[in-house]
Amino acid sequence: MAAEIYLNVAVSGLLTGLVYGLMAVGLSVIFGVVRVVNFAHGEMMTIAMYLAIVLFNGLGLDPLITVVPLAAVLFALGYAMQAGIINPFITRPEHSQFILLVAMALIIANVLLIVFGPDARGVQTPYSFDSFLVGPLIIDATKAYAGAATVAITAALFGFFRFAPLGKAIRACADNYTGALVVGLNVKRLYALTFGLGAACVGAAGSMLVLLVDVTPALGPALTLVAFIIVITGGLGSMPGAVLGGVLIGVTEAMAGLFFTPSAKSMFSFALLVVVLLFRPQGLLGKRPS
Amino acid sequence: MIARLLDGVPGRGLAVLAGLLAVLLAAPWVANDYVLTVLIIVLYSAYTGQAWNVMMGFAGQLSLGHAIYVGLGGYAAAALYVHFGVAPWLGLAAAVAIAAACGAVIGFLAFRFGVGGVYFAILTIAFAEFARIGFDHFRWVGASSGFFLPVANYTRNDLWNLRGDPTMFYYVMLTLTIVAFAICHVLLKSRIGYYWQAIREDEIAARSLGIDTFRYKMYAIVLSAGMTAVAGVFFAFYYNNLFPEQVFHISRSIEMILGPIIGGIGTLFGPLVGALLLTGLSEAMQELLTALRLDVPGAKQVFYGLCLLVVVMVLPGGVWPWVARKLGLTGPRS
Repeated sequence: MAAEIYLNVAVSGLLTGLVYGLMAVGLSVIFGVVRVVNFAHGEMMTIAMYLAIVLFNGLGLDPLITVVPLAAVLFALGYAMQAGIINPFITRPEHSQFILLVAMALIIANVLLIVFGPDARGVQTPYSFDSFLVGPLIIDATKAYAGAATVAITAALFGFFRFAPLGKAIRACADNYTGALVVGLNVKRLYALTFGLGAACVGAAGSMLVLLVDVTPALGPALTLVAFIIVITGGLGSMPGAVLGGVLIGVTEAMAGLFFTPSAKSMFSFALLVVVLLFRPQGLLGKRPS
Repeated sequence: MIARLLDGVPGRGLAVLAGLLAVLLAAPWVANDYVLTVLIIVLYSAYTGQAWNVMMGFAGQLSLGHAIYVGLGGYAAAALYVHFGVAPWLGLAAAVAIAAACGAVIGFLAFRFGVGGVYFAILTIAFAEFARIGFDHFRWVGASSGFFLPVANYTRNDLWNLRGDPTMFYYVMLTLTIVAFAICHVLLKSRIGYYWQAIREDEIAARSLGIDTFRYKMYAIVLSAGMTAVAGVFFAFYYNNLFPEQVFHISRSIEMILGPIIGGIGTLFGPLVGALLLTGLSEAMQELLTALRLDVPGAKQVFYGLCLLVVVMVLPGGVWPWVARKLGLTGPRS
């Protein structure tokens, strides 16, 4: 009996971790190519979550369906942010980029506060309390759908970067900025495209996350931190690393919530992060920085 | 000592400095309580900004978790005062020692294992968050419901126990800021300062010239942590309450470093100018929005964010280097 509880909690943590993993994939894609750490990542996530709630309440669209339109909306937002504001900063020092993104995060969080007010919001779907029975396991239906969608999206993105010409061009920019310029790639446009793709992951993940947690305008920094922990654990710039990191963090936090107190669970992810940074600074699946 | 302090400062700079000092010293006689409170916040931000600047501006190590040193310092001195009646000036020693030790541990772990740049920044966030959640469950200092210092209506200022009116706190903070300023000025002109700047500009080149980069980066983080802890003690005794959610929160760390970056990173006056600008901006925005009846929650922060955005886009090096050029104060850099 006891073993079943642990297993159930682990599976639940794994599925939640997958959704966080998708958000982190966005951060990882952006950093891996543009070399900008997106400190407004969590705030962009809250934008997606609020949009998902508006679409659900207004048009009755299921958050699992709004994954696609929200990915498109956030793609446009990300593209515009990179093309309009961040591109001039790609050669500036880190602290300068940091202030830029912190300023954007501040603006986003407070515009959301003005528009939606400070109260927590969430959605209730018809399948909110459904679950699947798989042998001894009770799997939450919402989490199962969201986890499956995450895996599908990540696989598609992975395929895009591996096989599509555009994906290869983006990887070329990441590998060698000057080289990419020399062979005639429009690096600035590709950067904007990459930031858009990273933001699209956020849009998709945000749409699914409203099924799992309630959103407030102040949720951004916590989400940004989770994304940081995940990508650093998995390896900054590595997509499979981000998914693995998400799963690890999800399971760790779920287990810590079970064994200790839920309010202390993120301490364990920070501890995991510190251990990884010390013994494998490039992350579990990351390449050693040259 | 004085001669060394004044060494290499252009005459016009000295005049401006003397004028500024006179204004700051005289302020409590002319300013009302509101202005005095704002000035305390300005000086507090200038001080913490200067402390952070030692690490980032001088030695080039980006810390985004400086709130941990404020929190540790504040909690250490406050706990000693509340539980054992130890005066804050004695508690200060413990606070600085604890924060410096914590800085040494973070620095040792990071620099030993070659963690730098963005990774180092995120490691510092991780430690600060770890401390925040840890203190949320630390019963001896009130856990998440906060830790309070006894408050009474004080008829006279007790400098030894740091109990008194805002004017006393103002002068304490002013003294701390001046001392920090002087320390940084001397450090920048000394061997250690030049080593730090060499490390900041090019760590590999610095090492190949024979600088023990590990040791000097350690000096920077320990000094910066210790200096920041002093501000933590002030924070605890000035506000009389400490909440882990507030003191250790990442937004505290971010607030702390906005000043020096906006003011001009790596410069002596940057933190002061940045603190003055940002605090002034924030207060002016409040007044303006109230006057325009636009005072909805969040509006102030939106404008604040927009201003930050504009400053960082237009003046990448910060405000102070630009002002100094305009005033003709640029002698030797920094």
